[in-house]
Amino acid sequence: MSENVIPRLQKEKIVEYLRKGKRLDGRGISDYREIIVERNVSKNAEASVMVRVGETEVFAGVKMEVTEPYPDSADEGTFMTTAELHPMASEQYDIGKPGIESVELARIIDRGIRESGFIDFKKLCIEEGKKVWQIFLDIVAINDDGNLLDVAGLAALIAIGSAKMPVYNKEENKIEHELTNESLPINKEAMSFNMTLHKIDSSLLLDVNKEEESVSNCRLSIAIGEFGGKLRITAMQKGKEGVITAEDMENILKIVEDKWKDMFPKVKKLVFE
Amino acid sequence: MDKEERQVVVPGEMIAKGSEFLPGEGAYRDGMEVVAGRLGIVNISEKHIRVIPVSGAYYPRRGNTIIGTIVDITFNGWLIDFGGAQNAFLSVAEVPRYVNKNELREYLDFGDSVVVKVWDVKARGIDASMKMRGFGKIEGGMIVSVNPNKVPRIIGKEGSMVKIIKSATKCDITVGQNGKVWIAGNSIEEELATKKIIEFIVENATINGLTEKVEKYIKGLGMKVDKIEIVAENTDGESGGENDGE
Amino acid sequence: MEKAEEKMMASKKSESKTESLYTKRTDGRGFEELRPLKAKVGIVPSADGSAMFETGGTRAIAVVRGPRTLHPQHMQNPETGILRVNYGMMPFSVWERIRPGPSRRSEEISKVSEWALSSVIDLSGFPNTVVDVFIQIPQADAGTRVAGLNAAAMALAHAGIPMKEMISAIACGKMDRTLVVDVNKDEEDFEEGEGATDMPMAFTSRTKSLALLQLDGKISPEELKKAIEMGKKACEKILEVQVKALKEATGGKDE
Repeated sequence: MSENVIPRLQKEKIVEYLRKGKRLDGRGISDYREIIVERNVSKNAEASVMVRVGETEVFAGVKMEVTEPYPDSADEGTFMTTAELHPMASEQYDIGKPGIESVELARIIDRGIRESGFIDFKKLCIEEGKKVWQIFLDIVAINDDGNLLDVAGLAALIAIGSAKMPVYNKEENKIEHELTNESLPINKEAMSFNMTLHKIDSSLLLDVNKEEESVSNCRLSIAIGEFGGKLRITAMQKGKEGVITAEDMENILKIVEDKWKDMFPKVKKLVFE
Repeated sequence: MDKEERQVVVPGEMIAKGSEFLPGEGAYRDGMEVVAGRLGIVNISEKHIRVIPVSGAYYPRRGNTIIGTIVDITFNGWLIDFGGAQNAFLSVAEVPRYVNKNELREYLDFGDSVVVKVWDVKARGIDASMKMRGFGKIEGGMIVSVNPNKVPRIIGKEGSMVKIIKSATKCDITVGQNGKVWIAGNSIEEELATKKIIEFIVENATINGLTEKVEKYIKGLGMKVDKIEIVAENTDGESGGENDGE
Repeated sequence: MEKAEEKMMASKKSESKTESLYTKRTDGRGFEELRPLKAKVGIVPSADGSAMFETGGTRAIAVVRGPRTLHPQHMQNPETGILRVNYGMMPFSVWERIRPGPSRRSEEISKVSEWALSSVIDLSGFPNTVVDVFIQIPQADAGTRVAGLNAAAMALAHAGIPMKEMISAIACGKMDRTLVVDVNKDEEDFEEGEGATDMPMAFTSRTKSLALLQLDGKISPEELKKAIEMGKKACEKILEVQVKALKEATGGKDE
């Protein structure tokens, strides 16, 4: 099945609908598709979750190990994010070495979580200079029907938000095959989640599907959090060859501000349930 | 013809015993037994046993109508992506008017959508033709992708189902056997309603009394259903043949 | 030094007696009892075929895409389509995290799975194409390759691929001298006496031939024959579950 060829009439139809504020699947331009979350998909993980938005499906899991800290942050835990955008998920991904899509996705999600201060790295120190907790966040994409970054980002947050510390035997330096009731040390107020807007013609869309994604020529991913009850932006990444005009930026910020009021509490609920 | 019971079979499952049965598509003979060679629904017609697929990719047949996109232009024709494993080839000799080898692109360009007939299916490829009436380039409208195995339900017996949709929504509809349906209407509401109706049919394709349910659904959308003479309903997924929605 | 001596004495004990050191299964099952089985077809609706198969704590997802054009062109076969299996375990599927990406183990499992599935499918009608089968394991408790095969067979059928028969797989084992069916992780790690022998196997549904057979450990020919018989019986139960899931996903919602 070829997924990559969009006929011209379809592109034109997408633009025609957008000019009237509609999308081919009937959604409004800022509407998300249905979000389904299944937790604890692996009993062998500190946290694991499956998130499906429309038909985009992603698994994410958290595993922890004890390791030596980096020399320049001797009292902080470490954090590493991997993303496997498998050919299983879409014809456009190749088997073997991770392509640029998976590298970019992993890095954006990693940065979003790290820089927001969501994880309290200092509390992950076991013995300064010698032993710290190492957190692995692994993301596996099963199906890509657009907006993989936001879906993976949501899965990542839910996984980290629900992760429990494993039992650690200090004397033997052994991690038991058992979880404590203690959560991974996080700062709930620092949570920020990712929203990607795509530009098609002069419209700005949220939660694009695959067809829309292939028609857009510009995307902007924005990580948004909360500070003093108000919206705060913690990260940004522009992708693709198109450009963002000053007017676009105005509209983007308006959309983000509006949508944040609606989505942020929903995301918080999912992450901290 | 009697309404056959919908018997689902899995690969390797015995369908019938006896040398009088002939295994057709999707079935094979193993000794005295005729066995399913794929997942699907059994169709027995005068001792001829077939297994009709209900899921999976579209395999082109001679005479099929397909809707696709021009993805390449060669020195003597065009290549059409219709969602199959291979592209279909449309020769310059298979279009209604004479096209000079230098104006291939003017006639059909990259990204153009076409409705064509599958002329020949060979190991090395699929040949298409656009010479007949009702086939050609399509402009405007949108394309909805559905499970190709459900297409017969969208068309209905002798095109009855698609006629109901057309009269209710006032939209132009062309159905490709490859699971691509082209819709063109005068308003977004009509087009989206058409899309919804088609998706409803696909979701409920296996239910008996589908026509009634579809009419109910259409009324639920606030549209009118014209009384169209419906020939006895065929629920086993038989193709509507050539008369498919024009 | 003490532990090794203990082991030697224990194995001498088990050699002189006819009794095995493994008398009760770690999870209390009967020796021929399977863990709870679960199967579902069509879990990734936009794929050509997809399925999930679960055996106790092991879950496998399979996604089929194809037949589709095979790139690069030089790998194409003008006489038939080819089957390509890609098996992988999610990093968090096991307690000791697995580094993402292919490993030699996953490549081997991909290949033996490919051979097993190829024995029942017929792609001669689709020259120059490939049918890709992706198997992923989100949660593992031994028997991952057989769970993967069970899911893959369903996914291929769901994709409408011409298949002569179904394939059902199970991992049999021998803990010291005891033969068991559907090995779990604790049993895989069994070390007493003759230790653990792991035997993943797969049978075709109609001709009951072996499409997959591997062995790791030590076993006598008689014990092996018995294990294969036990596996064949167990696979009948696996097949029942696979067939039910396939028919449920396909069958008429007749009212």
